[in-house]
Amino acid sequence: METNNKKYVKMDIKQYGMFFALIAIYLVFAVLTKGANTTPMNINNLIMQNGYVVILAIGMLLCVLTGNIDLGVGSVVAVCGSVAGIIMMDLKMNMWVAIIAALLVGLLTGIFAGFFIAYLGIPPFVTTLATMLMGRGLTYTLLQAQTKGPFDQSYNFIGAGFLPVIKIPFGDGTLDIVSIVVAVIASAALIFSEIKSNATKRKYNFAVNPTWQIVLKLAVMLFIIWFFFYKLSRYNGLPFVLLIMVILIGIYGFITSKTVAGRQIYALGGNRKAANLSGIDTNKVFFWVYVNMGVLSAIAGIVLSARNGSATPKAGDGFEMDAIASCYIGGAAVAGGAGSIVGAVVGAFIMGILNNGMSLFGWSTDIQKIVKGAVLLGAVTLDVLSKRKKG
Amino acid sequence: MSDYILEMNHITKEFSGVKALDDVNLKVKKGEIHAICGENGAGKSTLMNVLSGVYPFGTYEGDILYKGEHCKFHNLRDSEAKGIVIIHQELALSPLLSVAENVFIGNEQTSMKGVIDWTATRRRAVEMLAKVGLEHEDVNVPVNSLGVGKQQLIEIAKALAKKVELLILDEPTAALNDEESRKLLDIMLQLKEHGITCIIISHKLNEIEYVSDSVTIIRDGHTIETLVKGVDDYSEDRVIKAMVGREMTNRYPVREGVTVGDVIFEVNNWNVFHPDDEHRQILKDINIRVRSGEVVGLAGLMGAGRTEFAMSLFGRSYGQKISGTVKINGKEVKLKTVKDAINAKLAYISEDRKTYGLNLIGDIKENMTIAARPKYFSKNGVINANDEIVAAQEYKKRINVKANSINQVVGALSGGNQQKVVVAKWMMTQPDVLIMDEPTRGIDVGAKYEIYCVINELAKSGKAVIVISSELPEIIGTCDRVYVINEGEIAGELTKEEVTQEKIMQCIMAHQRKGDEDGNE
Repeated sequence: METNNKKYVKMDIKQYGMFFALIAIYLVFAVLTKGANTTPMNINNLIMQNGYVVILAIGMLLCVLTGNIDLGVGSVVAVCGSVAGIIMMDLKMNMWVAIIAALLVGLLTGIFAGFFIAYLGIPPFVTTLATMLMGRGLTYTLLQAQTKGPFDQSYNFIGAGFLPVIKIPFGDGTLDIVSIVVAVIASAALIFSEIKSNATKRKYNFAVNPTWQIVLKLAVMLFIIWFFFYKLSRYNGLPFVLLIMVILIGIYGFITSKTVAGRQIYALGGNRKAANLSGIDTNKVFFWVYVNMGVLSAIAGIVLSARNGSATPKAGDGFEMDAIASCYIGGAAVAGGAGSIVGAVVGAFIMGILNNGMSLFGWSTDIQKIVKGAVLLGAVTLDVLSKRKKG
Repeated sequence: MSDYILEMNHITKEFSGVKALDDVNLKVKKGEIHAICGENGAGKSTLMNVLSGVYPFGTYEGDILYKGEHCKFHNLRDSEAKGIVIIHQELALSPLLSVAENVFIGNEQTSMKGVIDWTATRRRAVEMLAKVGLEHEDVNVPVNSLGVGKQQLIEIAKALAKKVELLILDEPTAALNDEESRKLLDIMLQLKEHGITCIIISHKLNEIEYVSDSVTIIRDGHTIETLVKGVDDYSEDRVIKAMVGREMTNRYPVREGVTVGDVIFEVNNWNVFHPDDEHRQILKDINIRVRSGEVVGLAGLMGAGRTEFAMSLFGRSYGQKISGTVKINGKEVKLKTVKDAINAKLAYISEDRKTYGLNLIGDIKENMTIAARPKYFSKNGVINANDEIVAAQEYKKRINVKANSINQVVGALSGGNQQKVVVAKWMMTQPDVLIMDEPTRGIDVGAKYEIYCVINELAKSGKAVIVISSELPEIIGTCDRVYVINEGEIAGELTKEEVTQEKIMQCIMAHQRKGDEDGNE
């Protein structure tokens, strides 16, 4: 083994930059709103309001990794929500039938877009612009331009419900023991995985970060976890949406980093021709990325309609832009081939904190759009400039 | 000395320490057709890029004297303003725009400032086309509705519209058939009568003999000599000798302890048609056999069909209407996709590592393991990360990839180290047959030597290795046997004992003459 003279590397600031940005933005609004965005209820709202954007950002990241985007997700969200609504309200059927039907519709729209993109070679921008228009039109037709609701409480649980709680009196309110236990488990898992990853690095003689940087990184992440869970425990406990999010983040984090299929998306985004000549069926990869996006859009559609307790024709309007922006803010490369699930999720929360903070501060949605646009442009500009410096 | 329109004196051009041109001198007389000859990579195109300002003044050493004036071109516009126009091998036409518009692209006919005068554009386009023998063409059709031969002539018309005085043609006939080539050469002779000076770069020595008045031979970035028609011996053989006559030193490691075994790779009656044109046959009845432990070369000029052959074999990555059979280890295999080819233990290392070989934003480990991953580094679709790390570190050491760790991004490595990563990627798929297309293109001498060592190691372990190279010394230095390919056909087969650069070139020339005669019948 050749001796490695650079045993230690400095932490890649860019990799963790978005975490710092997240915290910084949050703190700025904490000051501006005089702490209004730190209340347990607001933290809970942050998660519930952004659940569907996080779900969409996860799927969108795969599209962005290929170097493309999916403009149709907002419309698919609306279609799936309205299908679920029609089945429950008009056909008076069971909520499970509604959920399965919504997922199937999402799957079909994914297959539809994937087929055109992968096997007919239609550019994703055009294909998904079409599904965006078609989906919106279909939603208005299905709902006859009216809101359908209210849905049954058991369905609404998906978007607005909480996991079981064990509340004990604490301070001027209550504390949920379940939330605290989950936070302890999450912290242990985080520390364990960090130790394991460093052990692996040492085993193969890779450069590792200096210990103080690892400790700092862990401390920041533990702080974020405990802050969130503590606030949630002071409110109604863990939202069901959080469970869905965590499961999806886990699954897709695993797929993108540890499976052959996941790494093929990166290879395709990095260099499609080289990927083809490496035995990767790039058409197939494209197809499944868009099918997957369809299914995740359906999940987001179910969560959104459940949270609203109704299906509305305008549901999900503009969600595609939030999801795309989340990926870019989270460090995904516009040209494809680079980006991470965690990055996209953090990007989604940065957008969410901005929205939430500005609303609390009393800025209108018009101003909010200007700020969000500026943040997106700034994040991508920083990314591009930092790459250019390296040559 | 005033009869020289162009004098390039002591031109030296370096690319990150490698001298592409070393003290090159070129003198072109006014009104002549001057040919530049040399093997691929000798520095011909680099020289023309220096002349036309693609490499701006200051990035090279030496002096350019044009019409008695010292020139300091900073870009193509500067040189074009002086009447020097270069036409590259890859056409610079905008395919969907009309013929007339293409003729005046970048040189628009305007009435007021910035407003295009379409009448003048069309009228003058017709005039220009007449000068290149296209007086009957409709100037309003999109340029891609015409054949390649006519498009090449439109490029010349475009140059004429810029009031060209010195026209440089880089391999103008490479994509043309014989009839189109002849027409283009005759147009060149007509332009000469109108006082336009031409520089032509070509591999086709018969064309050079036909059209040019003098020829300068460049080899390894040096000017060897200039021959003048009617004064010096101007035969093809004479030019070939000057082109290849270099001393062979110990640049190739000796292959020892290799036992050549049975034929393990066999291709029979391989036919391939152009991917965009089902009537244009690119490869005709190719038959080759390679034994285990044997290194076989595919020699030929650029565009002979070597890469097309390799890619069409490798999971039909090139061409259409492919027919013929492939046998690996005695068994006939159907290679419909790249995956089939990998599973059949065939590997193809592309000639263009940046476009076809690497994910430049990925790290060394990702790039090395991507092709072998489904078969050797995963179970049920889940990657075994530890196995990958171990394998990548082993190969990094084995073929000496110089990098701090296997987590380094490939785009930051030197060309030689990138090439080693691609080689490792394909060695990891554990192939029995490896096709290496230009394995040492654009890498330094040291890295070349290491790649040759890898080739020897592969042969020693009983693999069949096919080396495609435009550098004849490389073919001769590394191969046990050589197939010469010309215009999509096997033009000959030479054993290690027989093979010389002259023999290979003669083989190509003989085949071309045969083709010309067949064509004329």
